[in-house]
Amino acid sequence: MPVPHDYLFFIDPNRCIGCESCVQACSECDTHKGHSMIHLEFMNRRESPQSVPVVCMHCDSPTCAEVCPADAIKRTEDGVVQTARKPRCIACNNCVLACPFGVPKMNTREELMMKCDMCYDRTSEGKRPMCATVCPSQALFFGTQAEIDRLRPRSRAINDFQFGQQKIHTKVRMMVPHDAAIAHIDVVDAMCADMGEDDPMLSAAVCSLPIVSKT
Amino acid sequence: MAKPPTRSLDINQQFGPHLAYAEGIRLDRGVEADRQVKTHCCFCGQQCGIQLRVKDNEVIGFEPWEEFPFNRGMLCPKGVKRYLQGAHPDRLTTALQRDSTASGGFRSMPYDAAIRHAAEAIGRIQSDHGHEAFAVLSGASLTTEKTYLMGKFARVCLRTPFIDYNGRLCMVSAGAANKKSFGIDRAANPWSDILGAEVVWISGANVAECAPITTNYVWQAREQGAKIIVVDPRITPLARTCDLFLPVKPGRDVALFNGILHLMIEHDWLDHSFIEQHTVGFEPLAESVQSWTPARTAEATGIAERLIRQAAEWWGTASTSFLMHARGIEHHSHGVQNVLGAINIVLASGRIGRESCGYATITGQANGQGGREHGQKCDQLPGARDLANPEHRAHVAKVWGVSPEDLPQPGIDAYEIFRKIDRGEIRGLLSICFNPLVSLPDNNFVARMLDKLDFYVAIDFFLNDTAHHADIVLPGSLHEEDEGTVTQIEGRVIKINQAVDPPGDARQDWRIIQDLAAALGRPHGFTFQNPRAIFDELRQASKGGIADYSGITWEKIEKQHGVCWPCPSENHPGTPRLFEPGSHNPIANGSGPFYFPDGKARFNVAEYTPPTEEVDGDYPVILTTGRVVSHFLSGTQTRRIGPLVDQYPEPRIEIHPQLAARISIADGDWTTVTSRRGEVTLRAQVVKTIRPDTVFIPYHWAGAKSANRLTIAAQDPISKIPEYKVCAVRLSKASAAPQDAERFEIE
Repeated sequence: MPVPHDYLFFIDPNRCIGCESCVQACSECDTHKGHSMIHLEFMNRRESPQSVPVVCMHCDSPTCAEVCPADAIKRTEDGVVQTARKPRCIACNNCVLACPFGVPKMNTREELMMKCDMCYDRTSEGKRPMCATVCPSQALFFGTQAEIDRLRPRSRAINDFQFGQQKIHTKVRMMVPHDAAIAHIDVVDAMCADMGEDDPMLSAAVCSLPIVSKT
Repeated sequence: MAKPPTRSLDINQQFGPHLAYAEGIRLDRGVEADRQVKTHCCFCGQQCGIQLRVKDNEVIGFEPWEEFPFNRGMLCPKGVKRYLQGAHPDRLTTALQRDSTASGGFRSMPYDAAIRHAAEAIGRIQSDHGHEAFAVLSGASLTTEKTYLMGKFARVCLRTPFIDYNGRLCMVSAGAANKKSFGIDRAANPWSDILGAEVVWISGANVAECAPITTNYVWQAREQGAKIIVVDPRITPLARTCDLFLPVKPGRDVALFNGILHLMIEHDWLDHSFIEQHTVGFEPLAESVQSWTPARTAEATGIAERLIRQAAEWWGTASTSFLMHARGIEHHSHGVQNVLGAINIVLASGRIGRESCGYATITGQANGQGGREHGQKCDQLPGARDLANPEHRAHVAKVWGVSPEDLPQPGIDAYEIFRKIDRGEIRGLLSICFNPLVSLPDNNFVARMLDKLDFYVAIDFFLNDTAHHADIVLPGSLHEEDEGTVTQIEGRVIKINQAVDPPGDARQDWRIIQDLAAALGRPHGFTFQNPRAIFDELRQASKGGIADYSGITWEKIEKQHGVCWPCPSENHPGTPRLFEPGSHNPIANGSGPFYFPDGKARFNVAEYTPPTEEVDGDYPVILTTGRVVSHFLSGTQTRRIGPLVDQYPEPRIEIHPQLAARISIADGDWTTVTSRRGEVTLRAQVVKTIRPDTVFIPYHWAGAKSANRLTIAAQDPISKIPEYKVCAVRLSKASAAPQDAERFEIE
């Protein structure tokens, strides 16, 4: 029995502790053993321990597929964007360069673009994706909208993103503060704007480093 | 005598650490496992449930165990990759004997010959110099059955008082303070009580890296409105998202707790009826904190006064709360005082012994709780009984079939054992599950002491760094090669299940100990057929004690997903939350919730004294040490697991940009840190997340990378815990990379 259709994937960067459990567990998945499809980014370790897990957002109109000259990247009926088809992929790197979220990875040895396929080997058997199952802080969460609404009343889920002129609608949701109007997400701007000359260790200030810029 | 037989690089070439990665059957796709074994992680005290996938006597991977209630499938990276410790190229599969002509300095020898050789050496030392000339060092990552057997082996077979364990480096300050305040040494609450707390206070605990699964409990409490207060000299990953961060100067925690209590009294944020009915000693305590004004507290702790006032207000006015601490306040020469300070603000609030009102020390090792209850501690007998108490001695002696007079008197702590080696009073040593050369402070001294021994036998599954000095090494068992129980962070007794058999000549540790007892000609009491038989005897030995396991059976553990002690009878469900009205308490017997005859908790005056080694002109910077998420303790296991090493390959010195600028150190620079005891040269990591007067080095590495070359062997006078969290150092830019750096650095 596959997992029910109303199960969704949520990323909650506020919770991420940078432990890389998701990265380590991803490389244990049976379809791509030895390769992790997750990027765990420390935003600016000098300033903060803030880290963000980057998994595929599974766009409705995937940029990676749109720029693929070999038509190698397919999206399943239920919205999962898959690793490139091996016979078609020409390892040109277009998808790696084009993805606004920086998700696809080129496996140079196999000459194949590989990316998160939301653990279809697990979800088709009713198991949650590996990363969201093990994540100790549940920064990666797999469940229903109703569950996350109940468990995380301080946040709300968004899945519309603006990159320059490009609007992107995704299957994966990002949790943002409930009371903040989010126009766009620009992680680096947010870091720099919030830090400025301020140093929490010198000022002994309350430490909060939101990665989501507010308008 | 026991000098390492060869250059460390040659030993490393032969015995590791080599890095294991998934390969072969572990990397192949579509491999069906023969079976999945439900067990627990081998690393920290949380003891997350995990399923090991087994094929052909090899653990080939894992599957989350989502039904186990504590972690519901969640795992940290160590748990995810732990399976790579099995079938490892460094695995010891034969006994070893020192031989300077052999490659790596040891040659294989038949197991039985090694046992005979070790028994003869032990016998010779004890007949020439007395029973007390031989010591045992044990550990709290062993199953409870093994820790019980180690205590019994030292007292009954070797008849030496000198056994202690590596929990001495872990939470003994918390244990001692808990006994002084509550009369019992156990986390008072199940972790589910964190969820309903209005305030979660975390002092000296890098929860996200050292107890990662606890993070979700804290975040979930916060989602439901809890305020999270973190007290730490570093902005740890969890501190980043807390509501109030108090950047305490290392070694000043008791000053903060006293200052908080001062404000609680000033504003009358006290539970008067609780204090009156259930405690004694409040008046002298209140008097002792009168001088701890916010100004004085700020001065001592380095925390801004307004933050102290804010913390006191949140703590003082909450209706539910959970206070947690770990090694950050315990690893001090006044560790017990720090913990007493923490307990005082809990008791003054009256928020303990009921739902959503909790207090706990976050136990570090896998069996940090069970391993400190059943007699491998130098002054203790099973059931958390006292070796100095005649009634306790009589009870255990009867179970063991010996005369109480034959039981040795209490011994000494692990570090003092090395001082006795220095004085020539201890001449032989057996170690298991303990790597003191990495984990003890001032470890240059420890290395010299190992060299002074007449004979040293080590039991381990890898050749750990201390075992480099051994005369004989006996190949023990990995966690997945044996079964038994451990007691995790909440006091929950759980079951470790065997997944594979030990390879080659390797044996389950309890068999090795029994083989030694037989070879010593004293097999009586060491003829158990399996760990279950040891557990059944342990139940009897603990019966009636504070840590009463007599009603716990392996079947009940499986059925209930664990049983929290005390559990005095087979129809008793166990005690998840302590200090509730009517809960089992053999000391108070109904007179009150706490484990004293009158049932009342004790307030204790918590004295503030500065750290043993204050900074000065020669050594102007504070060094503090701790862990990173991908490594565990002395690294014997995690430094051999490739993906965990890749995640954090080398120790780095965390240093604030302001301090770095003053000594012209840039991020990544080789930097020499020198203390009065030694020096290390490591790369700097320049970060704003640490106090500018403090540097941090993780301690998981050996030799030239060992933070414990620098640390001070000052100890708490009560608990004997070493002061890992504060010593004085100076820093300078290194003129060159250390020798062999290129060879070991992973780019």
